[in-house]
Amino acid sequence: MKQTLLSLSNLSKQFDGKTVLDSLDLEILDGEFITLLGPSGCGKTTLLRLMAGFEHPDDGTILLGGQDLTHTPPEKRPLNTVFQNYALFPHMSVFDNVAYGLKMEKRPKEEIRQRVDEALAMVQLEEFARRKPHQLSGGQQQRVAIARAVVKRPKMLLLDEPLSALDYKLRRTMQVELKRLQRELGITFVFVTHDQEEALSMSDRVVVLKDGLIQQLGTPREVYERPANLFTARFVGETNFFPGRIDKANGDDTITVDVFGLKRTFRKPDFPVAAGQPLHVLLRPEDIRVLAPDDDDGVAGKVVERNYKGSTLDSVIHLEDSTEVLASEFFDEDDPTFDYRLGEPVKVSWVDGWEWLLPMESPEAEAEANLDE
Amino acid sequence: MSSVTQQPFRTAVLVLVWGWLLFLVLTPNLLVVGASVMTRDPGSFLSLPLNLDAYRQLMNPLYLDVFLHSLYMAAMTTLICLLIGYPFAWALTKVGKQRQMLLIFLLIVPFWTNSLVRTYALKLLLATNGLLNNALMSLGIIEEPLRMLYTEGAVIVGLVYLLLPFMILPLYAVFDDLREDLLRASHDLGAGRLATFVHVIVPLTLPGVLAGVMLVLLPAMGLFFVPDILGGSRNLLVGNVIKNQFLDARNWPFGAAASIVLTLAMAFLMFAHRLSKRRIGEDGV
Repeated sequence: MKQTLLSLSNLSKQFDGKTVLDSLDLEILDGEFITLLGPSGCGKTTLLRLMAGFEHPDDGTILLGGQDLTHTPPEKRPLNTVFQNYALFPHMSVFDNVAYGLKMEKRPKEEIRQRVDEALAMVQLEEFARRKPHQLSGGQQQRVAIARAVVKRPKMLLLDEPLSALDYKLRRTMQVELKRLQRELGITFVFVTHDQEEALSMSDRVVVLKDGLIQQLGTPREVYERPANLFTARFVGETNFFPGRIDKANGDDTITVDVFGLKRTFRKPDFPVAAGQPLHVLLRPEDIRVLAPDDDDGVAGKVVERNYKGSTLDSVIHLEDSTEVLASEFFDEDDPTFDYRLGEPVKVSWVDGWEWLLPMESPEAEAEANLDE
Repeated sequence: MSSVTQQPFRTAVLVLVWGWLLFLVLTPNLLVVGASVMTRDPGSFLSLPLNLDAYRQLMNPLYLDVFLHSLYMAAMTTLICLLIGYPFAWALTKVGKQRQMLLIFLLIVPFWTNSLVRTYALKLLLATNGLLNNALMSLGIIEEPLRMLYTEGAVIVGLVYLLLPFMILPLYAVFDDLREDLLRASHDLGAGRLATFVHVIVPLTLPGVLAGVMLVLLPAMGLFFVPDILGGSRNLLVGNVIKNQFLDARNWPFGAAASIVLTLAMAFLMFAHRLSKRRIGEDGV
């Protein structure tokens, strides 16, 4: 069992009367890769800044291994930050940038040289030590920023959207490299991003934030497969929301739900259910099965969009009541001609047990979720 | 396609610019260089033979003293401008954007009044029975009027008053460019306020400091009307020497040589400024 490294309790922060964080509690475990995920303005960057000490909370405490850090200035915290735009000192060479933190600790010259060399070797930039930051590419600057932060051997590394300025391919490479570094160094990483794909592929745990409140905290798999609410479901990945109505609750921990007139049997969800109650049936595009129009199962519709994605064929299907359904199907080796014509009539179904049920939420939350579709 | 149709226009602009530089910048400067190596002539100002007498004359202890005193007053002016301007510019970038624009506007407003007129206004303030003395006496702080006019201090006050905006504006530009995340990074890596100031803020604002020094130091040596009005006979600037040589002593070669030394000093400062900018990578490689 991993131990708690950083413990945030009851953290609140307001800017100009606007609440950015609202009594937030979070325990970060030693050695984990945890991601703060949310849209802009959700409070993720503020939360990171509170941890780094650039901002101070209006209320609440920050404990690091039992030691109160709430009002400690950033220079006295054993944490380091990798900034969004790298924040390399433009007037210093790569070597001096990385050495800066150790010079501030007044380490002996020989030790500084050795540790900086090690850090630069770790990010494969030994040959660039004499260069100035503006002589490096974006990806190289990013790696210098990481070396500069880890050379101090912090208890925790805070990364503020560090990959957002890189192009897609480089971003993928850096994702892998960051994971490798985190494994090798064994340092706790707190990673801020608005990119849900990045969050899912890199993290041990994901914190989904919205309006300064934690929406869900869980492993990437939990967050993707069992979203806690409409917001998480909508924000993390693509989702089909089907309107359902509970027909009856069965004795054997299952319920029968009416979806588009189909009577399907689902596992009983965690929330209380009663006959006649409306709920959301969530299905990811890859859970959808597209069937022939004469199939016994499914709801009738027609294909209105097809998108060739290489490994998958993504399509949009309009049901008769004009609900849009996203489907993502893998190509079948046995059927090389597998494709759709626009306007082709089909039927839409799914594998029972792959659905996820959520209760209806407040009218505002419902309206927000509908906007997205 | 468009480059062909724009060719005559392009040529016209280039001719205009180069013509301007050639006739109004290069030629006058060459004339000054030429004058500086000619011989003084009471009748037609200049005559042959060519020689370096004027430069030799600059080495004369009398003029060297004037030059050094002038440099001292200009340096004091620059230092005071820097000490006022640096924190001022820094504070300027900390206030709201709208307030910032207003403050910069207020900084520029005095330029609308001729600087000669403003210097005379300063004379009224500093005079023996001027506003400042009267105010201090009526407040009972002093018994007798202070002698402020016709002192070295008065010249420096006048120069600071006229030149301060030229220090603040380039400093404001570098502070405005100073990225907040660099300061955060410095703190994050363990540097306190003082260390951050020394290792990050000073080096990154150095180009602004040098630009400000360039815009204050050399003009401060040349603003001859300030000592004329506020300084009396002992507090001369190089500008006064040059002016006197041309208008009163009629020694053109010497005046020209003095102004060339001033120009070279300026060129040296510009070179230092370029180096400092290159250091932080602003000019590219």
